[in-house]
Amino acid sequence: MERKIQEAIRYLGIKKGAADAGTRALVESSFQELMKEAEPKSICRIFELQELGDGAVQIGKLKIESRSLARNLKNCRRAVLFGATLGTGTDRLITRTGLKDMARAVALQACAAALLEEYCDQRQEEIGRELEKEGGYLRPRFSPGYGDFDISYQEPIMRMLDCAKQIGLSMTKGCMMTPTKSVTAVIGVSPVKERCPVQGCEACGSTGCPYRR
Amino acid sequence: MIRERLGKELLFFDGGMGTLLQEKGLEPGELPELWNVTHPEEIRGIHRRYMEAGSDIVLTNTFGANALKFHDDSCSLEEIIKAATGHVKAAAEQCGRKNSVLTALDVGPTGKLLKPMGDLEFETAYEAFREVMILGEKAGADLIHIETMSDTYELKAAVLAAKENTSLPVFATAIFDERGKLLTGADVPAVVALLEGLRVDALGINCGMGPEQMIPVLEQLLKYTSLPVIVKPNAGLPKQRDGQTVYDVSPEDFAGVMKRIVKMGAAAVGGCCGTTPEHISEMVRSCRGIPVVPVKEKELTLVSSYGSSVFLGTGSKIIGERINPTGKKRFKQALKEHDIDYILREGIEQEERGAHILDVNVGLPDIDETAMMKEAVCGLQSVTSLPLQIDTVDPAAMEAALRLYNGKAMVNSVSGKQESMDQVFPLIARYGGVVIGLTLDEDGIPADPQGRVRIAEKIIKEAAKYGIKKKDIVIDALAMTISSEPEGAKVTLETLRRLRDETGVCTVLGVSNISFGLPGRPIVNAAFYTMAMMNGLSAGIINPASEDMMKAWYAFHALMNLDKNCERYIAKYAAAPAVSTSVPAGTGSISLQTAIEKGLKDDARMVTQSLAETGAPLDIINTELIPALNRVGDGFEKGTVFLPQLLMSAEAAKSAFAVLKDRMDSSGEVQEKRGTIVLATVKGDIHDIGKNIVKVLLENYSFDVIDLGKDVPPETVADTVVEKRIQLVGLSALMTTTVVSMEETIRLLREKAPWCRVMVGGAVLNQEYADMIGADFYGKDAMQSVHYAQQIF
Repeated sequence: MERKIQEAIRYLGIKKGAADAGTRALVESSFQELMKEAEPKSICRIFELQELGDGAVQIGKLKIESRSLARNLKNCRRAVLFGATLGTGTDRLITRTGLKDMARAVALQACAAALLEEYCDQRQEEIGRELEKEGGYLRPRFSPGYGDFDISYQEPIMRMLDCAKQIGLSMTKGCMMTPTKSVTAVIGVSPVKERCPVQGCEACGSTGCPYRR
Repeated sequence: MIRERLGKELLFFDGGMGTLLQEKGLEPGELPELWNVTHPEEIRGIHRRYMEAGSDIVLTNTFGANALKFHDDSCSLEEIIKAATGHVKAAAEQCGRKNSVLTALDVGPTGKLLKPMGDLEFETAYEAFREVMILGEKAGADLIHIETMSDTYELKAAVLAAKENTSLPVFATAIFDERGKLLTGADVPAVVALLEGLRVDALGINCGMGPEQMIPVLEQLLKYTSLPVIVKPNAGLPKQRDGQTVYDVSPEDFAGVMKRIVKMGAAAVGGCCGTTPEHISEMVRSCRGIPVVPVKEKELTLVSSYGSSVFLGTGSKIIGERINPTGKKRFKQALKEHDIDYILREGIEQEERGAHILDVNVGLPDIDETAMMKEAVCGLQSVTSLPLQIDTVDPAAMEAALRLYNGKAMVNSVSGKQESMDQVFPLIARYGGVVIGLTLDEDGIPADPQGRVRIAEKIIKEAAKYGIKKKDIVIDALAMTISSEPEGAKVTLETLRRLRDETGVCTVLGVSNISFGLPGRPIVNAAFYTMAMMNGLSAGIINPASEDMMKAWYAFHALMNLDKNCERYIAKYAAAPAVSTSVPAGTGSISLQTAIEKGLKDDARMVTQSLAETGAPLDIINTELIPALNRVGDGFEKGTVFLPQLLMSAEAAKSAFAVLKDRMDSSGEVQEKRGTIVLATVKGDIHDIGKNIVKVLLENYSFDVIDLGKDVPPETVADTVVEKRIQLVGLSALMTTTVVSMEETIRLLREKAPWCRVMVGGAVLNQEYADMIGADFYGKDAMQSVHYAQQIF
C-alpha cells in the first residue's frame, strides 16, 4: 500500500517527501474508496515475433513500425500482448466525486493510475513466472504512446486480444481508452535473462516529461 | 413457429464457431464473418456438423457483422449476412433437416462502449443494429439471437432495433461473471427487468464461464424471470496454454452439467466458446426427452438501472423528490442557466441520504423540457446507479427519456383519464417501465376510498390491453392536505389498505402534500408517513434530506421486523450525536483565512456563517477570502503548495462563498462578476478532469463559467460564444489525436467570433504546440488560466 500511496503522490506532481499530512490523508482515504469501486481485469496472449529490421517488428500478423518498440523487443522471439482495465466503476466514481470535491477527484485519479500500474506489474510478474518455466524472460512492458510507438496501434492490439468482450475495454474514435483507466502493452519475451531490466517510466524516451521518476 | 415450441419442448442450440474457425486457420484479430464469403464450404461444414449433432437452432456466422465492428472493403454487410444466412439454410437442406432447423441471426456487441462511459451514442448503436436486423430478416432468418452482451445499454439498443424493425422473435443473452454481474455492473434482476420490459421472447446467459460456474446465475434467472431461459456456457473457464486460449471441459462432463441445468429449468441450451459438435452431440444425447420445467409468472415489481435493481413490495422504498423545480427558486435558476451539475449534485446528495429511486422532473414553461430531460437522465446515469423515475406530463419528453434510459425506469405518471392512458401505455409497452397510476379521472379525484380503488382497477384493466401487467403498475392513492380536506388522510390511508389487501397492487404517495398549508409540516408529514407505511405504502416520494422523514422510515422498518436485527437502524443512529443541527463547538478557534489555506471545508463554512452574522459579505470576500486564495495561489506557483492543496483550498473557499451568496441573495446584494468564460474539452476527448480543475479555480476568482462539458463539437463552442458574446474561451485536450479538434475549434472561433480570445491547456500541449494551432494563450497549469483571465477582464 505504501508504494501505491507514494506513486499516487508522485502523480499529483508532488516531490518526494513534500506531501503534507492533509494531502496524505486525502490520498489514503481516496484509495480506500477506490478499492470498493475498482474491478481490475486483464487479458494476455502470446504471439510469435519477427524482427523485420529498420525499426519494424511483426507480432502474429500485425506489422508495427516503431523504432523505440523494435529496440525494446530486440532479440525477442515472442511477445505477450497485454490489456488491463480498472472498469467503468472507477470512471463513474471520479466523475461523481468531481461534482462535489475536485481535490478528492484529482486524488482519486492519481490513486487509480497508481493502482492500475501496480496491478499491471503484478499480472506481468505472474505471466513472467509462467514463461520462465519454459525459458522465456519478460522485457519491461511497452505501450502504444511510448516513444514513437503510435497510439493507433491500440486498435489492432485490442482486436487481437478481443478486449471488448474479454475485459470490457474498447477505445473511442480518438484512440482514447474506455474505461479511461486502462492499459494496452507489448511485452517482449526474450530467450536470455537480462540483468535488471529498467521499469516502464525510465525506459521512455520522453525525458522532458514532468512526471518522470 | 418457434414461439409455440419455446418453453414447451427443450430446444438445442449449436456450439462454438470461433474456436472451430481458429482450428481451420482463422488468425486472432481476423474477421470471422469474412469467412462466409472466402471459405463458404468450411462454414457450411461446421453448421452441418452441429445439425447432425442435434441442434434445432443454428446461429449464422455474423457475431461481429455490424457497421461499427466490421470494416472490410472487399464485401458489404449485406453480402456477409446474406451469405451467412444462406449457409445455415443450405446446410439444413444438405442434412435433410430443412423444416426442423431454425436459422438464428447471430448478433454480438459492437465492441464500443456507449456514452456516458464511452463515446458511442445510443442512437448510433441502435442504427448499427437496425441495419443488421433488417438485413437478417430480409435474408430469411427465423429469429434474432442477440448474445454475449456485457452492457445493458448496448443490449437495449440491440433489442429495440430488433423489435422496432422486424417481426422476428427475439432472444437475448448476456455475459455474466462469477459475481453474477455484467461488466458494466448490472445484476441478474436488472438484466431481467430490462429484457422483460422490452418484451424479448427468451433471455439468458452465454459465454464467460463454464456450465458449472453458470449455475448460481441460472438460479437467479429462474427466480426472477417469467420468460423461458437460455443457457449457453463455454467449455469451461478459459485457460492459457502455450500462448493459446483453451477450454478443457470434455463433451461428457459438459453434457453431465447441462443435464442438471435443464432439470433446473433451462428451456433452450447450447454451447459457446470452446464447445464443439461433440459437446453438443453428448448434450443432446443426455438431455433429450427431459420435460421442460414450465415457466411461471413471477409477481415482482422491479425497476432497474445500468447497475442496480430495486424491488417494490417488501418494506417501503424511498423515492427522492428533490429533482423538481416546483417551489424551488434555486432549482429553477439552475434549469434556466442550464446548470446540469446542480441537478446531478441533488441526485448524489439524495443517494447519500438513503434514497432508493430518484424522481426526475425538469419541467419549466420556458425551457425545452425534452432536451433537458434527456440531458438530466444521461447525466444522472453517469454519476449514480439508482433507478430513475421519469416525471413529466409532456409525452414527448417522457418518450425521449424512456428511450434513452439505461434500465427499466419508473414512470410518473398515468391517470385514469382515457387520454392519459392512450398516451402513456403505448410508451410503457414499447420501452418497459413501472408506471405510477394516479387515482383520478375525468370526474376528478374521488372523495372516498371506493372511488379511488375503482379508478385503480380501471387503470389496471386498461393497461392489460397493452400487455402491461399489474405488477408493472404502482397506484398513487393521492395525499390531499388535511388543512382543506379534514377526511383527506383517512381516505388516503384506507385507499392504501384496500389497494394492498384487495387489489393486490403496489402503492405510492407524494407524502408531504398531506400537510400543505399547515405550520410545522415535518411533524405531520413524518406521522402520516409512518401511518401510510403501516397501511402498505410500497414507496413514498419524500425528501431524503428531511431528518424527520428518515427517522420515521428507519423506525418503521425496525419496528415491523423489516430490518434484520435492527441493523440499519443501529448503523444509522447508534453513533449519531443527540443534536445534529446546531453549530458544533470549537469553531471559533480558527480564522477563515486559515481554514481556506489549510483546505478545511467544513470549518470554512462554519466560520463564514458566524462572520456573516456581523460582517458584510463583500467585506468578508475582500478581506478574508481573496487574500487567503491569493496566498495559496502564490504558493502553488512557487512550488510550495501542490495541486491537491490548491484544490482543497478552492473547495473550502467555495463553501464559504456559498454561505455568503445565500446572504447576498436574501438581501438583494449582488457581487459583481468579473466576466463570463466558456470552458470545453474538445470533440473526441473524453477526459475532463483538467478542465474541471480550471473551472473550480476560475469560479473562486469570481468568474462566471459556462461549462460545455467534454467531447464538445467546435460548432457548439462557436455558437455559445456568438450567442452570449463571450470574450474568453478555455479549451482542453489530453491527447495528440484530439489536439486536431482543438485546432479546428480555434479556426471556427476565429471565423465566427474574431473578438474572442482562446486559452488552451492539457497534457500534450506546450507553448509551441499552442502557437502552432493559433491559441492566444497556453496555460501550463490552472493558476495560469486564472491570471490570463484576470488580464483579459
